[in-house]
Amino acid sequence: MDALLTNFFNVGVFKQVLPFLLEGLLTTLGLSVLVIPLGLAGGLAVALLATQGNRLARILVAVYVDLFRALPPLVLLIFIYFGFPFLGIDLPKLLAVALGFLLNNAAYYGEIFRAGLASVPAGQMEAARSTGLTRGQALIHVVIPQAVRNVLPDLLGNSIEVIKLTTIASVVALPELLRIARDAQSLVYNPSPVVLAALIYLALLWPLVRWLSRLEHKNLVAE
Amino acid sequence: MQGFGKFLETFFNAEVAARYLPDILSGMAVTIGVGLAVTVTGLAAGLALAILRAMGRGWMRLPIVAFVDILRALPPLVLIIIFFFAFPMIGVEMSAFTATWLALSLVLAAYAEESVWGGILSLPRGQTEAARSTGLTWWQTMHAVILPQAIRIAIPPLTNRVIAVAKNVALGSVVALSEVLNLAQSATSAAGNPTPLTMAAAAYLVIFIPAMLGARRLESRFQWRT
Amino acid sequence: MTPLLELAGLRKSYGALEVLRGVDLRVFPGELVCIVGPSGSGKSSLLRCCNRLEESTGGHIIVDGEDITRAGVNINQVRTRIGMVFQQFNLYPHLTALDNVTLALRKVQGKSPAEADALGLAALERVGLADKANNHPAQLSGGQQQRVAIARAIVLQPKLMLFDEPTSALDPETVGEVLKVMRELREAGMTMLVVTHEMGFARAAADRVIFMDAGAIVEQGPPAEVFGAPKHDRTRAFLARYTAGH
Repeated sequence: MDALLTNFFNVGVFKQVLPFLLEGLLTTLGLSVLVIPLGLAGGLAVALLATQGNRLARILVAVYVDLFRALPPLVLLIFIYFGFPFLGIDLPKLLAVALGFLLNNAAYYGEIFRAGLASVPAGQMEAARSTGLTRGQALIHVVIPQAVRNVLPDLLGNSIEVIKLTTIASVVALPELLRIARDAQSLVYNPSPVVLAALIYLALLWPLVRWLSRLEHKNLVAE
Repeated sequence: MQGFGKFLETFFNAEVAARYLPDILSGMAVTIGVGLAVTVTGLAAGLALAILRAMGRGWMRLPIVAFVDILRALPPLVLIIIFFFAFPMIGVEMSAFTATWLALSLVLAAYAEESVWGGILSLPRGQTEAARSTGLTWWQTMHAVILPQAIRIAIPPLTNRVIAVAKNVALGSVVALSEVLNLAQSATSAAGNPTPLTMAAAAYLVIFIPAMLGARRLESRFQWRT
Repeated sequence: MTPLLELAGLRKSYGALEVLRGVDLRVFPGELVCIVGPSGSGKSSLLRCCNRLEESTGGHIIVDGEDITRAGVNINQVRTRIGMVFQQFNLYPHLTALDNVTLALRKVQGKSPAEADALGLAALERVGLADKANNHPAQLSGGQQQRVAIARAIVLQPKLMLFDEPTSALDPETVGEVLKVMRELREAGMTMLVVTHEMGFARAAADRVIFMDAGAIVEQGPPAEVFGAPKHDRTRAFLARYTAGH
């Protein structure tokens, strides 16, 4: 019991490292605020190409989605970060991470948006076009808003996964929460900082998970 | 043209590829092995938790919901690192394999519980009532009537989740699990050429694209007309 | 003659809400008893207490001489002697019609698959659906589904059958085929307790009609009496509303 308290919940260590970990948390949040909107935009583009594009575009998008859903994001990130310098292209960490996340997330968000677009009855587009709206206007004002609303729980769920995924940026030494915690662990020779990081992730994500659970449950009852 | 030649030589270097192919193959075996182990234990544990929750004993519900929430909220990499680096400090030594397998199994169990429980909840009460009215016990009803339907409902979300969690075997590279990515990184530094990383990416595709296609087949096979 | 089913002072409440206020009822072998009454009168609760899908909160339920509210009774064995048919059919969608019918034979009575299949086919034959044995419920009409549900109950050779508004969820054109099967059952000597809104069926087929309101039996008697010359105002009001509304 004592060993557990000293090593996992060492209050002295907690106090010592908390300010640094909070800085790491800010980086994690900043990273999330960067990569989630990027992924959403990329995903919407992927979904529109998959549903509205020509045959070639659809095939390319299908291949892209399958490839990047099969490839673990850490493999992708390491490939970009450690592979590109061999070509003489030195990507800054943040850019490498953002690029890896964009490629990965656009595939996942794309699948979600595609399901959303498919859930809107064709009559909606027809009704909008019959009142003189262009295809683009009909998409923006009529179809996409309904599509998004229908897949809101999935979008939230995937965004939670993306926030959790930001931990892989620690592998390329981007100073987000997990990286800072691991560095602190080796400095103080005590794993309490990583435990504290886990608690911070919990505090950040538990409310979102609860919210998601409720949204999913509500859908279940409504159906 | 010269740029393209350099690109090929850098990322698709045949000589380097040939030298490190055995490493990559042995890494693939580990990745597949850990992935399968996680799938089996994670799904079994998730199913068991869903059944426990359905039994409806009040005191069991809260810990199960808490377990599911926590494992859905914690990044899997954090779990692996705590198991591998922190647990030895309290006398629980774990190999890289154990840490990765255990962490990912727990994560999959949480998602699987949620999916199966959702399936159970979505069934009309009349299913249980009809089965009980013919004399089936609670267990028989669960086993012959409720679970077959709940699992079918849970399969589409579950197949995607199984693949997503199994892909996380790559996270084991952080604790030096000798799966594909880890071996490829060592090979890349040894060779001074990133071709092993290309091979690692290809190896993951070779493993998971068939898995995804298989999952799709499974989904359509388990649909029944409603 | 001893009754097959006897309810003595049956009570059921949900918290402060009392849905059965001490009901006494006897059903004799071979009798078809219809229970009618406004919704919320406690008809369905009464029926569901008879095989303990709902637990009564007072009184006794005696089936074939055995008090099934007694502690230690093997309710699952009791339930194979009491068949139940539901408003929503509640067929198992993942099983074929035949497997729906044979599940309890195999699981509760421990019959071999071959024996269960033979009995199941005979039961489906009785409801006129032997040719649908390998169809899934979704491929059957509502009337056919309800007939499979009846086969699922009678295959266990129950002594008593409970019907909970068996035709309320059906399209009008398939109501007749279900009522026909029920009449045939009755002619074969089955004891039946039926909660229904089909006044025509109650009038034509029942030996006795029971009118319930507010958790109690208001009056009972042969259908000609209850429908033709109701003694209570509440019965008259219900029948007037019912015939006017339909």
